[in-house]
Amino acid sequence: MATLRERRAESPSAVTLAFDVPGWPGHLAGQHVDVRLTAEDGYRAQRSYSIASAPGGEGLELTVQRVDDGEVSPYLTDALEAGDPVELRGPVGGWFVWRPGDPSPVLLVGGGSGIVPLMAMVRTRRASGATAPFRLVYSVRTPADRLYVPELPGATVLYTRTAPPGEPRAPGRLTRADLAAVPPSDCFVCGPTGFVEAAADLLVDLGHDPARIRTERFGPTGG
Amino acid sequence: MSRGFQGRPRRSDVRLPPGQYLTEDFPVLSAGPTPRVPQDRWEFTISTETGTRHTWTWQQLVALPAEEPTVDLHCVTKWSKLDTSWRGVSLDVLFADVESAADFTMIHSYGGYTTNLPLEDLLDGQAWLVHSYDGDDLPAEHGGPVRLLVPHLYLWKSAKWVRGIEMLAEDEPGFWESVGYHDYGDPWREQRYQGD
Repeated sequence: MATLRERRAESPSAVTLAFDVPGWPGHLAGQHVDVRLTAEDGYRAQRSYSIASAPGGEGLELTVQRVDDGEVSPYLTDALEAGDPVELRGPVGGWFVWRPGDPSPVLLVGGGSGIVPLMAMVRTRRASGATAPFRLVYSVRTPADRLYVPELPGATVLYTRTAPPGEPRAPGRLTRADLAAVPPSDCFVCGPTGFVEAAADLLVDLGHDPARIRTERFGPTGG
Repeated sequence: MSRGFQGRPRRSDVRLPPGQYLTEDFPVLSAGPTPRVPQDRWEFTISTETGTRHTWTWQQLVALPAEEPTVDLHCVTKWSKLDTSWRGVSLDVLFADVESAADFTMIHSYGGYTTNLPLEDLLDGQAWLVHSYDGDDLPAEHGGPVRLLVPHLYLWKSAKWVRGIEMLAEDEPGFWESVGYHDYGDPWREQRYQGD
């Protein structure tokens, strides 16, 4: 059982929730937890959310994107208050993970809230003092949709609908040119299904080894 | 209890496994890039513990007697989709001439994915190699040209881009099974993760 310690707005529609979890065993960057909610009549709903924080201490942070017609995310982003208990299960997942001992270059490709598990990797690298070269390509619809802005000064940000003033790249979807000139790397791609399909196909097309491309997708029915 | 949580309106006419919710669209989940395998290069092999190989090409597969199962899908990531329509060949047909004493299988896919199943879960009308979904060729992102369909287990057992079945005397973990997911994966017993 976890208790909400604090909440922070990350964007107009995304909130970071910091939980205290007594006895939390720690986690790997990229893993997720299952959040389970129980209504008064015993009805339960559960969803998976990526962990955003680096491991450390008895707790973790999730960043939850509000899905307007979702069942679980509006409760987490709007209704959950500090001190409220939440049932968490995890950490889960042993494939879409980055370990600080791995010296290989890393390419992170995130679309929308697909940045969350990638942020855990960036934070884990920073916290551990690891020196593996990291490169991050982050696709968002508009500047207001960006998460973690202060922490990602070196990211290549692609805007699909509206770019900020002075941005030389015209707004548009991810293209081959956006991913070119990247040396062979361990690739982690996370985002909505269409984005991940497109990005993974481009990486294969550019000559990356399919066995080194790890993907995590979420459909429009998340939430 | 989650203070103030109400959830979606309950539907008494739909029976879902514990912890699942209903979806109308068809989410995609896979661990890597989508392999692109043309129909004319697709091949499927059952290999037994004695080394005997039984192989079918695309043409040979679609020439076999077909069935059109309508089944419910349950994904370990919590969504369920009801009444999906497929066309394909029952594994009973493919195993009809296979002689093996092995009780376990490893499913192999193009792209390197694997998943393990007891042989008995593939027989007796419980599993198919499907090549059509909803009346059309199966799209690559959903496992085309051919995927396995084992709807009584979580969907990760229904391997996409399937290329073969290896018969095993001893059970071995497949891809997800070796990174924390349950060995068997019965949604009605909510066998999501190791230890469930």
